[in-house]
Amino acid sequence: MSTTQTVKPSVALEARQAADRRRWMLYGVMLAVALVAPFVAYPVFLMKILCFALFACAFNLLLGYAGLLSFGHAAFLATGGYYTGYMLSQHSLTPELGILVGTAAATVLGVLFGVLSIRRQGIYFAMITLALAQMVFFFYLQADFTGGEDGMHGIPRGHLFGLIDMTNNLNMYYFVLAVFLFGFLLIQRTIHSPFGQVLKAIRENEPRAISLGYNTDAYKLVAFVLSAALAGLAGSTKTVVFQLASLTDAHWHMSGEVVLMTLVGGVGTLFGPLIGAAFVIGIEHQLAQSALGDWVNVVLGVIFVVCVLTFRAGIVGEIQKFMKKNFR
Amino acid sequence: MTMIFGVPAAAFFGQLLLGLINGAFYALLSLGLAVIFGLLKIINFAHGAQYMLGAFAAWLMLNMLGINYWAALFLAPLIVGIIGVLIERFLLRRIAHVDHIYGLLLTFGLALIIQGVFTNWFGVSGSRYPVPEALRGGVNLGFMFLPYYRAWVVVIALLVCFGVWFMIEKTKLGGYLRAGTENPALMQAFGINVPLLVTLTYGFGVALAAFAGVLAAPIYSVAPGMGANLLIVVFAVVVIGGMGSIMGAIITGLAMGIIEGLTKVYYPEASNTVIFLVMILVLLLRPSGLFGKEA
Repeated sequence: MSTTQTVKPSVALEARQAADRRRWMLYGVMLAVALVAPFVAYPVFLMKILCFALFACAFNLLLGYAGLLSFGHAAFLATGGYYTGYMLSQHSLTPELGILVGTAAATVLGVLFGVLSIRRQGIYFAMITLALAQMVFFFYLQADFTGGEDGMHGIPRGHLFGLIDMTNNLNMYYFVLAVFLFGFLLIQRTIHSPFGQVLKAIRENEPRAISLGYNTDAYKLVAFVLSAALAGLAGSTKTVVFQLASLTDAHWHMSGEVVLMTLVGGVGTLFGPLIGAAFVIGIEHQLAQSALGDWVNVVLGVIFVVCVLTFRAGIVGEIQKFMKKNFR
Repeated sequence: MTMIFGVPAAAFFGQLLLGLINGAFYALLSLGLAVIFGLLKIINFAHGAQYMLGAFAAWLMLNMLGINYWAALFLAPLIVGIIGVLIERFLLRRIAHVDHIYGLLLTFGLALIIQGVFTNWFGVSGSRYPVPEALRGGVNLGFMFLPYYRAWVVVIALLVCFGVWFMIEKTKLGGYLRAGTENPALMQAFGINVPLLVTLTYGFGVALAAFAGVLAAPIYSVAPGMGANLLIVVFAVVVIGGMGSIMGAIITGLAMGIIEGLTKVYYPEASNTVIFLVMILVLLLRPSGLFGKEA
């Protein structure tokens, strides 16, 4: 048999390649915007958005793709922050090592939380993670190294790899951007991997995934730990940027805030948490400067209620729905 | 002085009583959560805020209108219960058809709003609510001093708990409630107004929280944040007991209060976290909860 067949790419494949090209173009444009942004806007504000965006992306990996609503993610953010802060101020580590230690601590905590909380589902899962995080809050309140109610202040930013001066806001910004991109691409890879597909299958129908032979508990645990680690990475980075770590990050309010960011941006969308974080941080920033500064929580609560009642898919989710309806 | 396991008897029984009171509040609140969860399948994150509303309603009625404690004990739960009915009718019902996670998020948002508004109006620090005239003072039992008001709180809270248990397990209305928990569609087919039952159930659960709030007002200070941290402990209690059984919720609530009180005597550093530790233990040994049926 020597007939050679010319392989014709199918129409579907072509369409997919075109969609891929469009997606990468979009990524390119966004990256260009991110690179130029610190020359247009205040870098510290941008860094705050990036840190919370990474936090929200990590949270979204769990809620959006595994269907697990954690109400305790503040614990990982705070753990990353405290351990990084401790390493930088007490042991004079370089920032990247400090961040590694903080992230590792959050990962260990993630394993502990994960093993306990995936034993129950749905609403119980949310309550267990909330209760565990409250326990962590009390621990940090009473522990010596955290500074209790006062928190840690004046944490040195240090020199990246012992070379690059991080007190320069531009250097710091590009480092934070690199950390964010690392986390973001890792999540993007995870979601589109076979592992991510199994997670989605578990979200949609866990008994069926079990009947197909998947050890769903193991998948959920890995997703939980990955999410905790990235949340810790966000907290660690945030501590280096702001040079402080405080109980605010460990409080249940923070767990609620990351839920809100993800919900507003779009649960289960890749860019939703980024948009949501920018939206929520932006609003908090505006309110803090206005006469309504004391009403932040009320405003956040109203956004929660309006979002749940009217646009559950979030900003990105609703745009996607709109595009599908009108341009396909 | 009499000693119990190396602790003065007065301190021991004092903490035991305080534990019993906290336990009574845990029982009342987890009972309300369980009743609401049974029919609506949502966890009411606004439960702590509604408990706080109950306490504030009593405080405002006393200071603005001169309405005394005994009237407030009925009026505050009624008013807050009506607010609950409105919340169910106009907000929760609109999302009853989507994933129940959204109900949790909606009530969380409501809790933020209610708490935020009260913090702006009254500040974070609390106000005192005087113990009603008839229940001032106490009696010396020999081994401890028992304030009348605290005794009253334990007794009335237990009475209400068992009253609710009786209503749900032994009466016709309770039968409807249990049937609705099992299969609302079938019950609707039998001609029972399920949406109305759902609304009233939510209102009732909220009223229970407000009732606990009024009871708590003279013991703790009336502050906007009084319900938030309490609610997280109650969640742990609910995880420990499981929401399948009304009696289970009552027993678990009381037991956890007593355990917390005893921890305060013997190892005060852990008193904040002991209930969470029990929760972890239960999750490891009996993941579905002590009285739970569902996973």
